[in-house]
Amino acid sequence: MMRLPKFVYHAPTSVDEAGRILAGEGTAARVVAGGTDLYPNMKRGHQLPPVLVSLRRIPKITGISGTPETGLRIGACTSLTQLGSHPAVKSGYAALASAVLSISTPILRNMGTIGGNLCLDTRCNYYNQNYEWRRAIHFCMKCDGSICWVAPSSKTCLAINSSDTAPLLAALGGRARLISTRGERELAIKDLYNLDGIDYLNKRPDEILTEILLPPAGGWIASYRKLRRRGSFDFPVLGVAAVLWKEPDGRIRDAKIYLNAVASAPLEAKEAETCLVGRKLDTETIREAARLAAEMAKPVDNADFGIAWRKRMARVFTERALNDLKE
Amino acid sequence: MTNGKQKILLALRVNGEVREFACYPNRTLLEVLREDLGLTGTKHGCELGECGTCTILIDNQPILSCLILALECEGREIVTVEGLSPGPGLHPLQEAFGELGAAQCGYCTPGILCTAKALLDRNRRPSRAEIRAALAGNLCRCTGYIKIFEAVELAAERMERPSE
Amino acid sequence: MSQKPYRIVGHSLAKVDGPAKCTGQTKFADDLFLPGMVHAKLHRAPLPHARIVRVDTSEAEKMPGVVAVLTGKELPIPFGILPVSQDEHALCLDRIRFVGDPVAAVAALEEDIAFAAMNRIRVEYEPLKAVMSIQAALDNPEPRIHDYGEEGNIHKKVALEFGDVRHGFAGADEIFVDTFYYEGSTHLALEQHAVVAAPEPDGRLTVWSSTQTPHYVHRALAKVLELPPAYIRVIATPVGGGFGGKSDPFQHEIVAAKLALKIGRPVKICLTREEVFYCHRGRHPVLMSVKTGVKKDGSITAMHFRSVLDGGGYGSYGVASTYYTGALQTVTYRIPHYKFDGVRVFTNKPPCGPKRGHGTPQPRFALEVHLDKIAGHLGLDPAEMRRSQLVPPNSITANHLRIGSMGLGTCIDKVVGGSGWKKKFRRLPRGRGVGIACSSYISGAGLPIYWNRMPHTGVQIKLDRGGGICVFCGQIDIGQGSDSVLAQMVAEILGVDPLTIRLVTGDTDLTPVDLGSYSSRVTLMMGNAAIQAAERARDLVARAVAKQWKLSPSRIVFAAGRVFDTENPDQGMSFAESVQAAEAEFGTIGTVGSYTPPPSPGKYRGAGVGPSPAYSYSAAIAQVEVDPDTGWTQVERIWIAHDCGKCINPMLVTGQVEGSVYMGLGEALMEEQVFRANRNGVHKIPSMLDYKSPTTEDMCEVTTYLIEDPDPNGPFGAKEAGQGPLLPIAPAIANAVFDAVGVRIDEIPITPEKILRALRSPDRRCGPASYPRIPMPEPIRVPLPGTEA
Ligand SMILES: Cc1cc2nc3c(=O)[nH]c(=O)nc-3n(C[C@H](O)[C@H](O)[C@H](O)COP(=O)(O)OP(=O)(O)OC[C@H]3O[C@@H](n4cnc5c(N)ncnc54)[C@H](O)[C@@H]3O)c2cc1C
Ligand code: FES
Ligand code: FES
Repeated sequence: MMRLPKFVYHAPTSVDEAGRILAGEGTAARVVAGGTDLYPNMKRGHQLPPVLVSLRRIPKITGISGTPETGLRIGACTSLTQLGSHPAVKSGYAALASAVLSISTPILRNMGTIGGNLCLDTRCNYYNQNYEWRRAIHFCMKCDGSICWVAPSSKTCLAINSSDTAPLLAALGGRARLISTRGERELAIKDLYNLDGIDYLNKRPDEILTEILLPPAGGWIASYRKLRRRGSFDFPVLGVAAVLWKEPDGRIRDAKIYLNAVASAPLEAKEAETCLVGRKLDTETIREAARLAAEMAKPVDNADFGIAWRKRMARVFTERALNDLKE
Repeated sequence: MTNGKQKILLALRVNGEVREFACYPNRTLLEVLREDLGLTGTKHGCELGECGTCTILIDNQPILSCLILALECEGREIVTVEGLSPGPGLHPLQEAFGELGAAQCGYCTPGILCTAKALLDRNRRPSRAEIRAALAGNLCRCTGYIKIFEAVELAAERMERPSE
Repeated sequence: MSQKPYRIVGHSLAKVDGPAKCTGQTKFADDLFLPGMVHAKLHRAPLPHARIVRVDTSEAEKMPGVVAVLTGKELPIPFGILPVSQDEHALCLDRIRFVGDPVAAVAALEEDIAFAAMNRIRVEYEPLKAVMSIQAALDNPEPRIHDYGEEGNIHKKVALEFGDVRHGFAGADEIFVDTFYYEGSTHLALEQHAVVAAPEPDGRLTVWSSTQTPHYVHRALAKVLELPPAYIRVIATPVGGGFGGKSDPFQHEIVAAKLALKIGRPVKICLTREEVFYCHRGRHPVLMSVKTGVKKDGSITAMHFRSVLDGGGYGSYGVASTYYTGALQTVTYRIPHYKFDGVRVFTNKPPCGPKRGHGTPQPRFALEVHLDKIAGHLGLDPAEMRRSQLVPPNSITANHLRIGSMGLGTCIDKVVGGSGWKKKFRRLPRGRGVGIACSSYISGAGLPIYWNRMPHTGVQIKLDRGGGICVFCGQIDIGQGSDSVLAQMVAEILGVDPLTIRLVTGDTDLTPVDLGSYSSRVTLMMGNAAIQAAERARDLVARAVAKQWKLSPSRIVFAAGRVFDTENPDQGMSFAESVQAAEAEFGTIGTVGSYTPPPSPGKYRGAGVGPSPAYSYSAAIAQVEVDPDTGWTQVERIWIAHDCGKCINPMLVTGQVEGSVYMGLGEALMEEQVFRANRNGVHKIPSMLDYKSPTTEDMCEVTTYLIEDPDPNGPFGAKEAGQGPLLPIAPAIANAVFDAVGVRIDEIPITPEKILRALRSPDRRCGPASYPRIPMPEPIRVPLPGTEA
C-alpha cells in the first residue's frame, strides 16, 4: 500500500494563525486543503514537506457569497462539488460550473477545493510516478534530478498546468486574494502563473490563497472545452476557455481565449483574441481565430495522446468553444 | 499541532460507534480503518485517488479514504460498507447487488455501495444518466457497470415502496 | 440426464457469495491480519537487462524494524507455469530481464519500514543491451535474454500445415493478404496481488494468496522450497479480479513463503499498483499476417495465418499463447486447408501471458477484420457471408478439433435482427456505422498444463444428518460466479436450496484438486465432477429411502428440500431424514466426482493446444459514431449473442457477457501496456489514472442475447461464458468504424489519432506496413481428418 511519509501537522482555525505558522516554518511548510493533489504527490515521494498546514479548519475561507449581479467571492476552501452545484454559479457562471464538474470524479470533487485546483502542481508523466520509477530514469529536473526528459535540451521544466478552472478564471478576469504575515494582495488569476514547470506559481510559499473574486455576470458569454481520454477521472490534455464581450449588434468588443495543458501556465491566445475583436462570430472568423490560437499550442510528449493530434485538437476545440458562443 | 514523530490519540465515529486509537498523523483513514480498527471491508486499488475502490462515507458524502488523514475526520460521521445497514439485515442496495449479480469479484463493491447510498439518500429515483454520473468515480473491472446500474435502480424502487 | 424442467439450474438465483461481498465480510488476501505478522517488499530492478554483479543488503539489514532480508542465493531453483519454461527465479540470481524483475526482499515490522529498507538495498549491475520490440528481438540475436528457446531471442517457433494450402490457394477465385497489429494490454484487476504465508511450528506452511491457480502455486512452492507438497497448504482467497493475471505462480508468493519459514512468523506481501503492472502476464502484443483464398461466394479455400508475439522477459504461458494465436481460426468458418506459423520472441519487458481470451483475441481481430474486407471486395454482406460459411456442428476441423454444439448461426441471426443490421449497414449517414464480428472460445483446455493422466478437477460431497451439504472443490471464484454455479448444480440434483450448501474451495489441504480458474474450464469441468459426486450421493440416499419404503430407487425424487415417491408424492420425508436413513444404511455419506476431458482426435505435435470438450460461440454488432474532425469514436451500443450451451444461471452469464464487452471495449479503444524503450524500458504509464480503464461514462449500451445450444459434453449442456464474448468486440468496432468513415484501423487500440491519420492518408488505413521476414522451419504436415493413412 502506498503510504504517506511522516510530517508535522497543523490545523489552524484562522488565516492569521495559518499565516503565522507558515511564516515561522519557512519553506519547510506547505499548505494543504483537500489534499487530492498533494497527498498522492507525497505518497509518490515527489513532494515531501515536513510540515503541513491544513486550511480545513478555517471556516472563513469556505463558501460562496455575492450574487451574479455584483460578482462572487469564492472561499478558496470551497469544495468543487459545492462550487459546481451552487445556484449562483450555475445561473451566472454556467461555463465555470461545467468546467468544475469536468474535474476528476464526483468523489474527488467532494474533497478537492477551488484553491487547490488553482494551485495544482504542474504535471508530467515523467514526474507523476513512484519513487522507484523515477529512480529508474535517474529522476528529472522537477524533482531529485537535473534533466527534462521530455525535452533534454530544455533549460526549464515543461510540466503542464492541468487545472480545469485556471484557463476559464483567467479568461473571465477572476482575481485571487493572497494573504501572508507580510500583508495582503490581489492578483489577476492570469498573472498567478509562471511559464515554468517548477516555479509555476507567482506566489510565495507563505502566501495563502484565501478567496477568488469573480466579476459580475452578464455582458459576457463563456465556454470551456476539455479534451481527455475518458468521461471521468482524467486531467485535461487540452483545455480551451473562451470568453466574449459583445456589442449589441453582435460584434465582439473584447475576447479572451486561454489554452491549458499545453504549457506550464494557461496560455493566452492573444492573436486569436485580436482577430476576433470588432468582428461578428461567423464561421470564417471562428476558423481564423482557432487557427491562430492553435499556433500557440506546442504540446510536448508528457501527457496522454500524441502531440501532433493534441496540437490539431487545439484548433478543433477552440473552434468548438467559439461555436458554443454563437447566438 | 502534532509532532510527526509522535502518535496522537484520536476518537473517530465509525458506523455509529466511537472508536479510540493512537496513530501517527500521516495515517490515512483507509489505513486506520483496515489496520487499526479491523474494518477490512473497505478495499484499496491504488491508494492515489485513481480508482474509487476505497470510497467510504463521511457525513453521508462519498470520500476516498486513501486521500484523507484519519485526524481530518474527527468529529465527523464515518460510514463504511460494514455499517451501511443500520440494523442486522441488509441495506436494499446490498440486497439488490447480490440478487442482480452487480458484485462479481466484489472488490469494487464496498466503494460502489457507499457512493450509491449517498446518491439514493439525496435523490430517491435517479435516472440512469444520474446513476452513471454519480458512479463515474468508481472503477469496476468485472461487470461493465450495467448490473450495477440495474441494482441501484432496483434498490431505489424498493426503497420507495418498502412494503415489498 | 433428466428432461424435466430444472428447478435451480437455469434460474437467475442470487449469487451465493453476494451477501458476504456486499457487506465487506469476504476476506481477500490483503484482509488477513495474523498475530505477529510482518510485511515484506521486493526490491525490483530499475533497468531492463543486466547482469547482477553484487547485491548489498547491509544498509537495509541495519534499519530498525527490519527482521530479514532475502536474496536469490537462498532460492536457487527455477520455476514457471509451463514445464517447458521453468525460467523464472523467485529472486533473480545473476541476470535481470525487465524493469521490475525482483532481486531481493526485505521483511519488516511495518510496511513502510519494509518500503524504506527495500530502497536501501544496493545492487550493482552490468547493463546489457535491451531488446524492446518484436523487430529488435528479431534483429538482435545477441545478447540472448535466455539461453534456451529456438535461437537468438526467439523463444518459440511453430509451423503447422493441415492439408495442402498450396492446393487450396490454387482453387481460389481471389487471394487476400492483410497485416494487423494488436497492442498489449493488462488485466488491471482492482485487487492488487497479495499473499500471506504462515509457518507452523512443525515445519509446515500455509499460504493464502489471491491466485486463480492454487494447485500450480502449490507445485511451484514445493519445487522451489524443496518441501514435500504435503507440508504446504495453499488457500486461494477470493480473487478480487483475475482475468488471467493471477494464473502464474508468482515471485512474491514464493518469497513470502520462504521468509515465513526463515523467520518463523507470518509474512504478508501486497503489491503496489505499479508492481502489478510489472507482474503483468497480460495480452501479448502480436503482429499478424493473414492470407486467405476465397471463392466468389466468400467460401474459404485455404488460409495461411502468421503471428509473431512479443513475449516479454520470461516464458510464462507463452508457448501455449503462441499456439493459441493459430488454433481457433478453424472453429467458426470452414477452412479446408490451413497453415499456421507462430513465433514468440523474448523482449526486456514484463512477461506476457494469459489475459481473458488467452492468445485468441489478437488473431480473432485480424481474422474478422480481414473477412470484413473480403466481404467488401466481393460485394457480399459480411453477416451473410459469415453465416454461409459456418463450421457444422459435430464435425472435426482441419486442425483436428472436435466441434460439438455450434450455435453461431443463431447468434448471428439474433444480433442481425436485434440491431436492425439490414437497415443500417452501409446505410447510416456518414460518421455513423455498424460492424459485425464473430468468435469462439474453448470451454476448458483439453489437456492439463503438465502432462498427466489424472482428472482435471474433483468434487467431494459430504452429507450431514442435519440436512447440510458440504461441497469441497479446488476451484476458486474469481468473480465469474463459480461458487454459485457449483452450489446450483449440486442443489439441483439433491433437490435443496443452494443456500443450504456450504462450499469449501481452493484449499490444497481440504479440497480435491481443480486445476484453476483459467481457460474457461470451471463450469464445464467442475460442473461435470459435481454432477457425478452429487448423483452418487443422491443414489445412496435414494437407495436407503427406497429400501425403507420398499420401492424401487428409481421412484425416489429429490425436490424442494424433500425426498418423495414420484408415484405417490404424499409419501415423503425431509432431506435431513433421508440422509439419516442413508447414514443408518451405509454409514457416513461422502461421495466424490471427477472429470477428465475426452481425448482429442489430434495426434500431431502441438495438438495439445486448441482441443476442448466444447466451444462457445458469440456474434456481436457494434454501432459507432465517429467524429471526422477529431477521429473520436463513440461506441453507442453493442448487440451480442452468446451461445453458452445452457445457462446454469442466466444472470451470471449475462454478467460475464457484459463484463467481456467492457473489457473488449477498453482494449479496442484505449488500453495500452507500453514501455519507454529510450528511457531504460520503464512502463510508460503504470497507474490507474494513466492506464485507461473505461469508466461508467465510457461504457456503451449492451444488448445481450443468450443462446442455448446444449453440448453433450457440458454439465446440463453448459459451455463457457467468461472469455469468448470479449473476442468479437474489437473487430466489430473496427468494422463499424469502417462503415462509419471508410477507414481501416488494422491496429488495436483504435484511437482517435489513428482514425484521423487514416482519414488523411491515401490508403485510408492505419496499421502495420508489413510482416517481418522470419525464416521458419518446414511445417509439420498434418493430413486432414479422415484422410490419414
Ligand atoms: C485521479 C485524479 C484526477 C484528477 N483530475 C483532475 C482534473 O481533471 N482536473 C483538475 O483540474 N484537477 C484534477 N485533479 C487534481 C485535484 O484533485 C484538483 O485539482 C483539486 O481541486 C485540488 O484541490 P485540493 O484542495 O485537493 O488541493 P491540495 O492537494 O490540498 O493542494 C494542491 C496544491 O495547492 C496548494 N494549495 C491548496 N490550497 C491552497 C491555498 N488556499 N492557498 C495556497 N496554496 C494552496 C497546496 O499546497 C498544494 O500544493 C485530479 C486528482 C486526482 C487524484
Ligand atoms: S484506493 Fe484507489 S482511490 Fe483510493
Ligand atoms: S465486481 Fe470486480 S471490480 Fe467490480
